[in-house]
Amino acid sequence: MNRRGFLSKTSLAALSAAIGTEIFYGAQIPAGYRLIAEQDPDLFARYHKDRDMVILNKRPINIEARAHLLNDDVTPERCMFVRNNGKVPVELQAENWELLIDGESVRQGRSFSLEELKTTFPHYSYNLTLECGGNGRSEFDPPAKGNQWTVGAVSCATWTGVRLRDVLREVGIKQDAVYVGYHAADLHLSGDPRKEVISRGIPMAKAMQEETLLAFEMNGKPIPEIHGFPLRLVAGGWPASVSGKWLKGLSVRNQVHDGPKMESPSYRVPCDPVAPGTEVADENMCIIESMPVKSLITYPRTGAVLETGRSLRINGHAWAGELQVKEVSYSIDFGATWQECTLDKPVNRLAWQNFRAAVTFPSEGYYEIWARATDSRGVSQPMVLPGWNPKGYLNNACHRIAVKVV
Amino acid sequence: MKKRSSKKEGNSQYRMMILAGFIVIFTFLSILVILTMDALEESQPQEVLVRDPERIENGIHLRTGLKAGEGMEAVIRHCTPCHSASLVTQNRMDAAGWESTIRWMQETQNLWDLGEDHELVVRYLTREYPVESKGRRQALKNIEWYSLDGQNP
Ligand code: HEC
Repeated sequence: MNRRGFLSKTSLAALSAAIGTEIFYGAQIPAGYRLIAEQDPDLFARYHKDRDMVILNKRPINIEARAHLLNDDVTPERCMFVRNNGKVPVELQAENWELLIDGESVRQGRSFSLEELKTTFPHYSYNLTLECGGNGRSEFDPPAKGNQWTVGAVSCATWTGVRLRDVLREVGIKQDAVYVGYHAADLHLSGDPRKEVISRGIPMAKAMQEETLLAFEMNGKPIPEIHGFPLRLVAGGWPASVSGKWLKGLSVRNQVHDGPKMESPSYRVPCDPVAPGTEVADENMCIIESMPVKSLITYPRTGAVLETGRSLRINGHAWAGELQVKEVSYSIDFGATWQECTLDKPVNRLAWQNFRAAVTFPSEGYYEIWARATDSRGVSQPMVLPGWNPKGYLNNACHRIAVKVV
Repeated sequence: MKKRSSKKEGNSQYRMMILAGFIVIFTFLSILVILTMDALEESQPQEVLVRDPERIENGIHLRTGLKAGEGMEAVIRHCTPCHSASLVTQNRMDAAGWESTIRWMQETQNLWDLGEDHELVVRYLTREYPVESKGRRQALKNIEWYSLDGQNP
């Protein structure tokens, strides 16, 4: 590398980092290119996020909730986590938005305008749990790379749209269809306009479920920009990365979709369990489908100090991917004994379920309240970390909060 | 005489007030410092807009949040154009881990050949962001205690 190139790259890096936005594309920005630094963007204000939300990364934007921010039955925009792999598309416009449906297994490719989708097919609304596959990654040992999510990369909002299956039936699908892959409008971090950032998808069976939507509304309003405006594929109960934002295209494939981040180790775990730290060959890594059973105590916020003799109301949510949660228990003695919580039915399939309990403490002191959910097949959350995997997915270890009785 | 002593009294009252003022301000500042230290310990460093892009405080390069040390400039040069340094500072890997992450980005994410800087970058990353053991479950940390009274009917 010559001195000149070196220098321009240095100042470029400095500038792009300083203005916090995307001015970069490779090393070939012409010498003397002038960049005007703007204000440090206030992501909370820009994307309507609660200031208690935690920013993991400003470029690309990755923000998680803290447990107590998720207390609502329906997660508001303000408290919904953001997991971006690339840059948010610029100048999103609903008016001329088109969705192209193609692939080996469609009879004939065709595109729909957003307006056509809305007027041709019936609308449905569901509360759908979306959890990032890497939620809880920060706890794995040895550490797994990527954004270090703690507990807050999960949400359950009301999504409104048309059923993917209605649209696929209208287009006409061949017998050999295996998978539906999505294509999105986000931009690669390197600035390369030809490079797809992430293009994942779902098997036909999931695509044909009645709750799998091409959604245009979240919580009764157009989907917020950072959550996929104006159109998003939403498939609840699976890693949220299958719910492609800024949806521009769907490919109906006669094989498992092979877009970026479908390959190992992305969103895959060892097909058979491995010892922590093991290197796993690509062919022994399996795609994550349904997310495992999990729960979160959303009230009170951890750190509550209360007077002795009074009972403490706790509440939270539990979910189990494709399954239903059949029981939630809590423990104040590190799992030595468990008490059952009251558990509501989900408002619809794939929505999280609310639980609550009144907790009493035998004496003054430091306590932790642990919650443990059990799914309809009798599988519970582990109290320690579940099986280690190279990318740190699927940590569904029990959530706990600290309480002091004085 | 009387006048003088009252003046003296006024003076000492004045001094007391200044002293009290100092104590209040000092306490307030200490609390502020402790609070911000806590916050710093807890939160992941983020890139911020600062007047002096080279400024380093307490061993942290303010603009990027990277730890100061030999090789940091190379890391800023090669590792912050596409994404913020938070993807570096959030992660802990051994040399093989950092190597394979870099290789993965070169093969799939348009990262260039680091040339002469390659070793310097890997050495910096392995030294400043090494693997740390956490066990099967860590103790709860950084608990902010608050009184629940009156909030829990
Ligand atoms: C040409 C663009 C580019 C450059 C330059 C770059 N990266 Fe990356 N890096 C990426 C992309 C794209 C991702 C994926 C981001 C995501 O999905 O959130 C990534 C992700 C990462 C991750 C997380 C990996 C994972 O498995 O999740 C780490 C760690 C990382 N980069 C470190 C570095 C380091 C260290 C350097 C400097 C040697 C560097 N990056 C330079 C594009 C780049």
